[in-house]
Amino acid sequence: MAIGSARVGAVPASVGIRLREMLDRERFLGPAFITPALVFLCVLVAYPFVMALYLSLSNAFVGRPSQLIGLQNFVKLWSNEAFRQTFQNAFVFTGISVAFKLILGISLALLLNQQLWFKRMMRGAVLLPWVIPTALSTLGWSWMFDSLYSVFNWTGIHVGLLDPPGPNWLGQKYYAMAAVITVNVWRGLPFFAITILAGLVSIPKELYEAGEADGAGPLARFWYITLPLLKPVLAIVILFSTIFTFSDFNIVYVLTHGGPINSTHLFATLSRQIGLESGQLGQGAAISLYLFPVLVFVVWAQLRFVRRQAH
Amino acid sequence: MATVRRRPVARRLLMHLLLLPFLVFALFPFYHMTITSLKSDQELYDRYAVPLLIRQGATLEHYSKLLWDTAFLTWTKNSLVVTLLATTVSVAVGTVAAYALARLKFFGVSTFGTGIFVTYLVPTSLLFLPLAQVVNWLGLADSKWALIVTYPTFLIPFCTWLLMGYFRTVPKEVEECAMVDGATRIQALMRIVLPMAIPGVVCALLFAFTLSWNEFIYALTFTSSSDQITASVGVTSELVRGDIFYWGPLMAGAVLGSVPIVILYVFFLDYYVSGLTAGAVK
Repeated sequence: MAIGSARVGAVPASVGIRLREMLDRERFLGPAFITPALVFLCVLVAYPFVMALYLSLSNAFVGRPSQLIGLQNFVKLWSNEAFRQTFQNAFVFTGISVAFKLILGISLALLLNQQLWFKRMMRGAVLLPWVIPTALSTLGWSWMFDSLYSVFNWTGIHVGLLDPPGPNWLGQKYYAMAAVITVNVWRGLPFFAITILAGLVSIPKELYEAGEADGAGPLARFWYITLPLLKPVLAIVILFSTIFTFSDFNIVYVLTHGGPINSTHLFATLSRQIGLESGQLGQGAAISLYLFPVLVFVVWAQLRFVRRQAH
Repeated sequence: MATVRRRPVARRLLMHLLLLPFLVFALFPFYHMTITSLKSDQELYDRYAVPLLIRQGATLEHYSKLLWDTAFLTWTKNSLVVTLLATTVSVAVGTVAAYALARLKFFGVSTFGTGIFVTYLVPTSLLFLPLAQVVNWLGLADSKWALIVTYPTFLIPFCTWLLMGYFRTVPKEVEECAMVDGATRIQALMRIVLPMAIPGVVCALLFAFTLSWNEFIYALTFTSSSDQITASVGVTSELVRGDIFYWGPLMAGAVLGSVPIVILYVFFLDYYVSGLTAGAVK
């Protein structure tokens, strides 16, 4: 068939037909189809990435020609108190948030997997924090954490749990971190719960019946059937969440701006403050590149994992 | 009989009871936001008033202040323009790329697939500084066009990855049949494969819309004039004067800025659920 129509395509006037011929061949159609995406990603992802590397190695300052200064930015950052604090914050924030999201996510998924009334509505309600613009919902949280009118403090005081006036959530070091983590858990929990629920649904019921027949109680069934079979889903969810929690910007920016005294700054917010607000582009780029090793690890783990699954 | 029947009901009740704290945790912020936006300033800033209820009458004054005394309508219009254009471009580009990755064999296909996956995982906060320079060079500084151009950088990898999964579920044989009957590959794609992958395309559209409506760091960095910024940026930056927060209009803005997403969400809940899991699991 291909040979026959190629002859037709050789008629001089029919350039259109020849083009159509070419597009019918995978060798040409494939590259043609990926070109638009490739152009976007080269110009607006690969190129900026190279530029980030260049900036981080230079003394670039907004509106001034720059020179390469080697690894000075990366080294100098370690003598910066704010950066050292940020480095520590990033791990505390990510570690605690992901742990909470995982434990609460598994619990919530197990509950949603039960016989429920209004199942669809329940799912809808649980997923809501994840779809609403984070910057806006975080504003709601910052009102709830307000130093004078905090609804938590009011409730706590009236229930008798807190002594008036209650903690100044966003103004004290550890409380501020707790607040930022709470909002992150609130916003990320739906992703964990719904994804783990999808994993739970795919576990064959026969396994549980067999387990029950062998005398395994609910705990044993969870430990020996549910958890091992959920492992792939859990691994993917944790990896995803790690990279996006580590690089979080919106919550900290809206809630605390990194304060009080840098105690909630993350790489993204500090890099914006130093790179844009005080104009030290080179330093700012170096800070955001500290996200890169985490990205590399997650990509490596995912690819290894996806490949293992494919075999 | 009765005891056998009662046990599942008791168990069911217990499950709902256990679920309650999760529901309160998820929904309370929205409830509190909404009632705050409807309170009069007098009640809002009364330290002895009950913050959980509206006691002194609901009012729409914060909403009218937001709509007529600020540029909120312009910000919302900007958000809509940016979101609609970025979504359309990204889903179109993502669809053809996903088809190529799922179905065609050509030089470099697996490298490109890996590349898409890697960019899918690149957080926006990693590249916003150099991207701001690129935006300057393109002459788009402080323009909503900067956002229309840059949003596809995270939308295209997402759409491609999502749609690739859907295209793989369409059996190859259907397409081959059409081509044996004389359809070209593009005809087969347009008339056979795409209609069968419609749920995937709807999903991609919804998620692309949501992701770009919710985007914050690029919008905050690339635009600053009041006639170019999006709703999220407008509400979080223009309603705060120095250290003074206008909580009434702020909460009204947070509520109204979420409305388009909530409407989509109510109608397409099942797509959200399936897309969320497809993005991560597939």
